[in-house]
Amino acid sequence: MNDISLHILDVSENSIQAGAKNLEIFIVEDTKKDILTLEIFDDGKGMDEEILKKVESPFETSRTTRKVGLGIPFLKEAAESCGGTMVISSAKGKGTKVKATFKYSHIDRKPLGDIAETLVALILRAEKTEILYLHKKNGKEFIFRTRELKRQLGVQNLKKVNLLNSLKEIIKHKISEIQ
Amino acid sequence: MAKITIADLEKIREESRRTLVLREGAGRAKITVHMGTCGIAAGARDIMSAVLKEVEERELSDIIVTNSGCAGLCSKEPMITVELVNFPAPVKYIEMTPGKIKQIFDSHIMKEQIVKEYALAIGSEMTH
Repeated sequence: MNDISLHILDVSENSIQAGAKNLEIFIVEDTKKDILTLEIFDDGKGMDEEILKKVESPFETSRTTRKVGLGIPFLKEAAESCGGTMVISSAKGKGTKVKATFKYSHIDRKPLGDIAETLVALILRAEKTEILYLHKKNGKEFIFRTRELKRQLGVQNLKKVNLLNSLKEIIKHKISEIQ
Repeated sequence: MAKITIADLEKIREESRRTLVLREGAGRAKITVHMGTCGIAAGARDIMSAVLKEVEERELSDIIVTNSGCAGLCSKEPMITVELVNFPAPVKYIEMTPGKIKQIFDSHIMKEQIVKEYALAIGSEMTH
């Protein structure tokens, strides 16, 4: 994965596969504390302790199309290679939380990448999942909620190509404003 | 706090009036971009953007765009699956690039002719 936004897309895929109704993505960029924090919460089916213990290993997945799962190990590697950490916690029937930290100024920290592209890909992927995205940087913040956008637009779903392309541009612009 | 404003909503509304909702089962064609870890690492998100761009530029209102997980053939990612309503089976394309996407639109989507050189096989994996 070239950037953090691709890790977000990848790890969120697990949440959607787990049947999450709500997916929450938080990013905090704190340059004073020199830390970037990424948290992904879902209310999907969750994992019991036994599966949770194995999930950081690449040779574990609940998927049947292939026998290795690399999403979580990739994120862990990305965090740890720049002085950060990754913690995953989960409860069966409750959901899963993934938290990764990155040393902001570390030369090996991957760039944030294109969050807007990732959010649009998730909207296309997740028919039944509402997404909340909250991004803070040094006191400024940007918030985006699919539930609120649908209500404001008076639509049941956001899967219109023109809508998504224009939404993508707006989100890109909003995120650039807090940078 | 930065958020989507009334002006932004107007812009989105304006844009979205231009096409029909891409609903399951309502399109002439359905394009699925495979976005497992393998696909994403190989560039699937850029492929999805290329698909959205083609749909918008050609002003196609009857194409469903969606994405799914790993198709089980990680070494051939990025992959897409194209399904046409009157076609017997889905076609899976391998090792996609934005340029190849354009060719698939020119031929398969617009003329219903499979681009054989990029096609893996006709058929589909089980997704659940």
